[in-house]
Amino acid sequence: MVADKYIQASSKNRTLRKVAKRLVPFAYLAPTIVLLTVLSLVPIVMVFRYSLLNNVIMERNPVFVGLANYVELITDKVFQRAILNTMYFTVSSVVFHLILGLTFAMLLNTKLLSSTTRALFRVVYILPWVFTATIIAVLWRLMLNPNGVINYVLLWSGLVSEKVEFLSSKQIALHAVTFINIWAGYPFYMVSLLAGLQGIPNEYYEAGTIDGANRRQLFWYITLPQLRPIILSLAMLDFIWTMHQFTLIWMTTGGGPLRVTEMLSTLTYKLAFSSYEFSQASASAFIILALSMIVALFYVRHQRASDE
Amino acid sequence: MNTSLSKNSTVPKSKPAKFSIAKILLILGLLLGAVYAGFPILWMVASSFKSNTEIFAYPPRLITESFSFNAYSVVLTNPEKVRFFINSYLVSILVTLFTLIVGTLAGYSFSRYAFALKKPLNMIIIGVQAVPPITLLIPYFSLIITLKLYNTYAALVLTYMVFTLSYAIIMMTGYFNTLPKELDEAVMIDGGSRLMALWRVLIPISLPGIVGTGIYTFMLAWNEFLFALTLTKTIDMRTVPVGIQMLMGQHSYEWNEMMAMSVLGCLPVLVLYLFFQRYFMAGMTAGSVKG
Repeated sequence: MVADKYIQASSKNRTLRKVAKRLVPFAYLAPTIVLLTVLSLVPIVMVFRYSLLNNVIMERNPVFVGLANYVELITDKVFQRAILNTMYFTVSSVVFHLILGLTFAMLLNTKLLSSTTRALFRVVYILPWVFTATIIAVLWRLMLNPNGVINYVLLWSGLVSEKVEFLSSKQIALHAVTFINIWAGYPFYMVSLLAGLQGIPNEYYEAGTIDGANRRQLFWYITLPQLRPIILSLAMLDFIWTMHQFTLIWMTTGGGPLRVTEMLSTLTYKLAFSSYEFSQASASAFIILALSMIVALFYVRHQRASDE
Repeated sequence: MNTSLSKNSTVPKSKPAKFSIAKILLILGLLLGAVYAGFPILWMVASSFKSNTEIFAYPPRLITESFSFNAYSVVLTNPEKVRFFINSYLVSILVTLFTLIVGTLAGYSFSRYAFALKKPLNMIIIGVQAVPPITLLIPYFSLIITLKLYNTYAALVLTYMVFTLSYAIIMMTGYFNTLPKELDEAVMIDGGSRLMALWRVLIPISLPGIVGTGIYTFMLAWNEFLFALTLTKTIDMRTVPVGIQMLMGQHSYEWNEMMAMSVLGCLPVLVLYLFFQRYFMAGMTAGSVKG
């Protein structure tokens, strides 16, 4: 806006006009550039610097310690455990999100039912996505409580003989939080895959049927390959976001019992805001960033490839 | 229009039978899925109408004799809890408003101009989506204190915008790209400025895209927990998600109140979802489906 007026005022000066014209797109982008510089580029540099110093924020004059924080972290049993937990949580979530999302998308895409019936089911199926992680956590704590409704059903049906402490058992807690996260996240896949399914031309299936393919073959050789680009995008985005999941863990188990559900995110938070080890927390935060960026790089390359 | 087949849709050779086995299996499958997706939510709503002593009644019942709105009135008459809602609405609406303004301008620039640094800038905006919030949290903590914004709305609005803005720019650039450039050129030939073209022509046409982006932005802001937990301190600055967490931390669990608060806490997003389903789903698919 400012630049536009500027152009009119300086119509006599051609070079100035040229420069001003070049700056126009940046005028529109100025607020974005300021915000992203101050609140994402600068903080990333800051967190990396913190990770190379001895206890920052708490110390008045922190000194440079090189990679000592990283070495200490990587050799720490708790950190190693958190990496394994995060990987288990993330990979299981991604796999089951995909399976559930694809199954539900195909159920909803069927021609056997009227579109009203399908729309009604679709509304219900998307519901978990509408809920905040905090609310999902509270809700499942109620359901999975030893005296809760799920234990009642399991006891009644004879599947278990005594009450299960889903969220406070050392053996079960990690599976339980993963289960909750699977419930909370599949609609994201379902909606995208439904759109993808509706984009596959019917001629492909007709041609396949004429060639004598059965339904399983149609699925493996037409549906899946057609959905492949969407599935890859979804899986990579989900991998990144699930790796960052903090709220759900924090609100259900807080990383316990005995750190069996400790994730990189919860561990980093505790290092910073419970034990005030800001340097180690920064090193841990930077490791999560690096892992995310590796996946993001694949994602961008994949998006580029499908653009061309 | 939509003519794809799926695994479960058999093509009947003769007239479609009203109750084929395939159809019965399909409906069973759909119902099973609906129980999986919907029962926890039904249970949450049902529990919010119970008295606290009946929450874990044995055997469990969906509707109990003491059915009442008591838990809701307790939550809604407690000024501390009402404040959580006011804070959440205020912060989310501000974030949505600012994100849409800044994001639309940036999206317009990306869509209509060729300029130096366009590619790297675009990469940074996409990249921001993949930055873990926890990584930014530690520097934010000291940055926000240095800027004297600790425990203020501004701290939340600014930090939330990092994630909502990058999303909005990607959405709006994509949307503007679908609109022909001749549209804004026509306005400019009539003597209007570029900004006028944006305001008078592009924005009205892009309203569906703006609404979709706005809904998703509101949802992201409404749901945020980590920054709100760390960058605010006093109880009068807490948002709904943090408020729920604080209720959990207390010794006696008032489950019915927590459920009532959860129902109230998901209401705005639920209403947006039910009334703007198409836009809501468009926002969800934006990241993964091309074209």
